[in-house]
Amino acid sequence: MHKVYHRVESIAGNVINIRATGIKYRELAEVTSRSGSSLAQVIQLRGDLVSLQVFAGARGVATDAQVRFLGRSMEVPFGDFLLGRIFTGGAQPRDKGPVLSENLIQIGGPSVNPAKRIIPKKMVRTGIPMIDIFNTLVESQKLPVFARAGEPYNPLLARIALQAEVDIIILGGMGLKHDDYLYFRDTLEESGALSRTVMFVHTAADPIVECLLVPDISLAVAEQFALQNKRVLVLLTDMTNFADALKEIAITMEQIPSNRGYPGDLYSQLAARYEKAVEFDGAGSITILAVTSMPGDDVTHPVPDNTGYITEGQFYLRNGRIEPFGSLSRLKQQVNGDTRSDHRTIMNTMIQLYAGFRETTEKQSMGFRMSAWDTKLLKYGERFEKEMMDLSVNIPLEEALDLGWKILADCFEPMETGIPSKLTDQYWPS
Amino acid sequence: MSEASGKIVGVNGNMITVEFDGAVSQNEVGFACLGDLRLMAEVVRVRGSLADMQVFEDTALLGIGDIVEFTGDLLSVELGPGLLTQVYDGLQNPLPELAEKCGFFLDRGNYLEAIPRGTPWEWTPTAKVGDKVSAGLTLGQVPEGIFQHHIMLPFAMDGNYEITYLAEPGTYRVEDVIAKVKDEKGAEHEVTMLQRWPVKVPIQAYQERLRPSEPMVTKVRIIDTFFPVALGGTYCIPGPFGAGKTVLQQITSRYADVDIVILAACGERAGEVVETLREFPELTDPRTGKSLMDRTVIICNTSSMPVAAREASVYTAVTLAGYYRQMGMNVLLLADSTSRWAQALREMSGRLEEIPGEEAFPAYLESVIASFYERGGRVRLKDGRTGSITIGGTVSPAGGNFDEPVTQATLKVVGAFHGLSRARSDARRYPAIDPLDSWSKYPSVVNPDQIDLARGILRDGTEIGQMMKVVGEEGTSIEDFLVYLKGEYVDAVYLQQDAYHDIDAATSADRQKMVFGVITDILKASMVFDDKETARRFFHQLTQTTKDWNRVDIEDPQFEELKNRLVNMVSEVTANA
Ligand SMILES: Nc1ncnc2c1ncn2[C@@H]1O[C@H](COP(=O)(O)OP(=O)(O)O)[C@@H](O)[C@H]1O
Ligand SMILES: [Mg+2]
Repeated sequence: MHKVYHRVESIAGNVINIRATGIKYRELAEVTSRSGSSLAQVIQLRGDLVSLQVFAGARGVATDAQVRFLGRSMEVPFGDFLLGRIFTGGAQPRDKGPVLSENLIQIGGPSVNPAKRIIPKKMVRTGIPMIDIFNTLVESQKLPVFARAGEPYNPLLARIALQAEVDIIILGGMGLKHDDYLYFRDTLEESGALSRTVMFVHTAADPIVECLLVPDISLAVAEQFALQNKRVLVLLTDMTNFADALKEIAITMEQIPSNRGYPGDLYSQLAARYEKAVEFDGAGSITILAVTSMPGDDVTHPVPDNTGYITEGQFYLRNGRIEPFGSLSRLKQQVNGDTRSDHRTIMNTMIQLYAGFRETTEKQSMGFRMSAWDTKLLKYGERFEKEMMDLSVNIPLEEALDLGWKILADCFEPMETGIPSKLTDQYWPS
Repeated sequence: MSEASGKIVGVNGNMITVEFDGAVSQNEVGFACLGDLRLMAEVVRVRGSLADMQVFEDTALLGIGDIVEFTGDLLSVELGPGLLTQVYDGLQNPLPELAEKCGFFLDRGNYLEAIPRGTPWEWTPTAKVGDKVSAGLTLGQVPEGIFQHHIMLPFAMDGNYEITYLAEPGTYRVEDVIAKVKDEKGAEHEVTMLQRWPVKVPIQAYQERLRPSEPMVTKVRIIDTFFPVALGGTYCIPGPFGAGKTVLQQITSRYADVDIVILAACGERAGEVVETLREFPELTDPRTGKSLMDRTVIICNTSSMPVAAREASVYTAVTLAGYYRQMGMNVLLLADSTSRWAQALREMSGRLEEIPGEEAFPAYLESVIASFYERGGRVRLKDGRTGSITIGGTVSPAGGNFDEPVTQATLKVVGAFHGLSRARSDARRYPAIDPLDSWSKYPSVVNPDQIDLARGILRDGTEIGQMMKVVGEEGTSIEDFLVYLKGEYVDAVYLQQDAYHDIDAATSADRQKMVFGVITDILKASMVFDDKETARRFFHQLTQTTKDWNRVDIEDPQFEELKNRLVNMVSEVTANA
């Protein structure tokens, strides 16, 4: 019934070209040669010349490969049967479970009508003061962790995932090291969360094109759960690998790069995924927590740069701590006005004073005499770093706020903090 | 004109190449047929019998040989009463109605009427039968919310006409005939309240353009006092991500002293539009006592919506602005972010395989940006009244570096530049407009001498601050140290403003004049302190008190009290000369 072709005109990178008629843009095909068979997707049509991106990679595809068009675009099975399962980027089982082909849903579907979104109002508690006080995470937020290679971003993701009160966790791994994949699997399993988790994992050893599918598949599944009123947390790690896969395809297709080899539509491509984060008016929600590793620790690199413009803030992870400067939760003001009356004040004051501390350490390192004020700042900064910033601290928001007052009172007089008198009267520890 | 039709011969992303019969024009709209679905597209290039078209929808499953039907029309919007309070996508589809029809998602191929046909409007003719009229002159009015909406002779009607009929006062719908006019050849034309206008063509049914000279008060102190915007002026807000571009536009859209605000959410986050969309109906406009939504139109083409429609969205927005300007209103158009629109141009240019300019933007980027901002301006209408469009666009430069094509092209054409600085936003000094780099060509709400003084202290204070990092406090004279403290003081209490505080968020022009007067006196005072530590403590306290003052309503008795306290505090440390 479906058309089958036997002649590949040219092969470049992971893209093959054939001559065929009646083919649809984005249609799937099955490419079979001696070395095996793979799905492929139409990425360009020019007259009867059809370009296909081969999911398993074009390596080993012969010029006489058989190309069978399927008349549909990419789909993935959906249902509660996904829970606890682990798949590849191409949605094939990575665990010992059965191959699934029931209840197929489209991936990369249309975006949510903004009129069907509501303003997010629910705080996601993480027990990490640098998040809960200073950059509160909010349900339906899309937020990446910016870090250079080697920072403990995956453990941070896992920790937040386990602490957050969500119904479903979806892990999308892209270019994940096998060890990291096992780390996620074991951590989720030990904590008993695996049974509410679905994993789509592309490891560094898998074909690059499958890496491109991971966000779309993960988010399509998340969207269906959310439509069933579930609160879904999607973890995407590492989106820089996704962007690099996009770059590779763009270069193969001879697109003119805009910046350091990345295609001009990198922003739109990333946004199409991140904007799936949503709080539905009348259904559940999707929260996206991602990792964007920063090549060369450079935030102006096109991937973190474009990401920052799309996401609702970012957490900078540096030297194993969440940096207060640069880190931002754009949704924090949706929730931090309703937590406790001193929340915003503690947040602003402690950061401003910490900025003062950083300046003072600079002065100190240049050998300047420390004023009385400098000495206070130094004492404050050390305690802030040890008692607030350290990632091993795990306390609820309220306790963290109390701790904030205690640190301030141990280091300063009320007036020096710039806190309105009304609040110091109420909260300043005597 | 008979409409052409064609067949798809190529698909590349959101671009299709169509082989057509008949005549096709640049920017003409056509529909690609996919089964029952009709996907809207616009001609962006014609070569021989091939038209390249950007499709305003996802192109998945379009194939070679699929039919394209051309319409003969340029991409246009509907104009008439009923635009205010609407939330449209970039092609003027009303999003709430789409949600009713399609549910949660923006399924492709659905196009709805922009202006509701059934709404009754209370028509009062203001012209008379026998009057000579031309495009843009008012025939009558209908109340639209808080405004008198002028029903004008449609802009597309060239030449001179005579009114032969005006409907009696009463209730009419937008498609009812409310007037008839006779052209110079004697042919009669019917006029309704509804007209269409191509978005890429400026509306110019006015007498002349005027210089923007009156301030547009935003109630943001650093803007109105230091880097003002004029009614009919243009300005841009470049800044790295997270520096506060969107928040600044949000507060401007709430508090600006204008009649109508058109928000073009162009390729940015949907969540930010949702905030406006959900909050505005609940907020009262202090000018009118009515809901803020009553003066607002939202054009929303967020980052995951189709890229080609993103390009259209800014033109849709500026066309609606032009329509209300023709009624003599002051319209503010806020576009967030113009860089996304430029990127949409870049994506299409890449697919067209045009020769790329810098950072792969097309060579015509500058002229496209210039002609967009040219659509702003203050005008004298044909009946002598004036109207204006003020355009404020954010720019999102790659890597936060202003030395890039979109920022540079924009700076060449705008009248004010509000550059946001990463250093200021990191230090939570909001709004993070850089007081030393920004500029404006428009007049301020306060006296220019006072600004020069404050600016001098800010500049010197910054320099001394830099110097102190090298030589330390002990190497700085107490005089210099005082300049530094004064600079920090103006920054903290005047330049910085708390967007989330009910009172501090919006400072009226009068209050700015008054407060800035007091602050100028403080800056001028020659204070004497025993040592730097005492000086620092004094300024801590002064800052605290002034901030408290900022948070008090001008009508509150505390306002005078705090003002006096400030004056006293300063006189206590001032040398009696
Ligand atoms: N005027 C302001 N007052 C207080 N906070 C602000 C202000 N402007 C920005 N912010 C903070 O910075 C964040 C990012 O601002 P936003 O306008 O979204 O940045 P941009 O549009 O430049 O990326 C906001 O979510 C808010 O936390
Ligand atoms: Mg923004």
